[in-house]
Amino acid sequence: MYSQGLIGADGGSEETQEFLDAFQARIDAEEKIEPTDPMPEGYRRTLVRQIGQHAHSEVVGMLPEGNWISRAPSLKRKLALLAKVQDEGGHGLYLYSAAETLGVTREQMTEELLDGTAKYSSIFNYPTLSWADMGAVGWLVDGAAIMNQIPLCRCSYGPYARAMIRVCAEESFHQRQGYEIMLTLCKGTPAQKEMAQDALNRLWWPCLMMFGPHDGDSAHSEKSMKWKIKRFSNDELRGKFIAATVRQAEFLGLTIPDPDLKWDDSLNGGKGGYHHGEIDWSEFWRVVKGDGVMNVERVEMRKAAWDDGAWVREAALAHAAKRSAKMAAE
Amino acid sequence: MGVSPSPTVFEPVAQLQATPQGIYSKKKGQGMSNETPLWEVFIRPRNGLAHKHVGSLHAADEALALSAARDVYTRREEGTSIWAVRSDAIVASDPARAGQNFDPAEDKIYRHPTFYDIPEDVGHM
Repeated sequence: MYSQGLIGADGGSEETQEFLDAFQARIDAEEKIEPTDPMPEGYRRTLVRQIGQHAHSEVVGMLPEGNWISRAPSLKRKLALLAKVQDEGGHGLYLYSAAETLGVTREQMTEELLDGTAKYSSIFNYPTLSWADMGAVGWLVDGAAIMNQIPLCRCSYGPYARAMIRVCAEESFHQRQGYEIMLTLCKGTPAQKEMAQDALNRLWWPCLMMFGPHDGDSAHSEKSMKWKIKRFSNDELRGKFIAATVRQAEFLGLTIPDPDLKWDDSLNGGKGGYHHGEIDWSEFWRVVKGDGVMNVERVEMRKAAWDDGAWVREAALAHAAKRSAKMAAE
Repeated sequence: MGVSPSPTVFEPVAQLQATPQGIYSKKKGQGMSNETPLWEVFIRPRNGLAHKHVGSLHAADEALALSAARDVYTRREEGTSIWAVRSDAIVASDPARAGQNFDPAEDKIYRHPTFYDIPEDVGHM
């Protein structure tokens, strides 16, 4: 999600060089920036965009899994899925709160999601077609999210870093429950194992796209790294994710759908790493720009939830106003 | 800096608006009345420990704030008690005066025990 949040970010600002240098010196000294501190407008805008998109990703991310709650194969799986989806809602709240410290309101952010101005992670515009997708989403999508989010715990902006620490603590169960679903399927009948392989086949490439464009094509990455919003480049994180996941796939007895995947001892300064096949960036940009299988339905669902809940929000406010007026009169 | 605090240092700061986990200068056009109010949530992890700020949420009134705080912030036995405080009820020091407020303590090292030399023979004190 996350790195994709930088697409189209405008990190420019018009402050004096002296102000920018003083800010950079604080960043370089690993000082945290808090909401009341002076900060370049570009830093603020970049964070509003990235945190807002991250929050939207959590909230829209409830939909593909919510889709399977009523069809979970056992009570245990249903409880886990309910808890996971509820966590994602909470993560959205932590992140919206962090963005609100930068001077945007929840209402503004919600409007931007619903009118399409604000984006969310491209991964949630893919459908979840079978129960195995619940396994693959937890294992791979949450795995990729954790890979992105752990360095964000050290982000230079205090409220974002604090939100990430809570999110990461809760996210670990998401990945483990997903992998456990995959394990169960892979130890099951040949048809169940085939279902697991099919989920991996469909979600593998979209998961690699979650890390965002190649470093050379990621226009705003450099500034974000300098401001220590980001700590690792898109390709570095993607490489870490692949290296961690290959072994897990082998243990399941599943095949990663990339014939060009190959270990190379000389990568990463001698630490080794995987070469991977070409990512279909035309698909990535198509989905980011709104043309994925599920883009329209996801936003329609969010809009329906917002519109259908309007009377509840209004009634709660009216009730609170009436009660406080009554208390004032007594 | 060693500047003694001016008498006005802790006067409430005009035009400050509470936001989650912090306070920032109010900007024009914000604070529409149809927005659901913001609350800061404090949790006591267990008896013997102080309530600690854990985050924020929006809620129409006290009951809804406590109920949402329970659902969001105590799903994994994080606490035994919740405080919810309207964010706009929090009084904050002015960040622009942080120097005046807090730097004077910097050169008062005589307030710390290590400032005083006691011979080792005296033993632990």
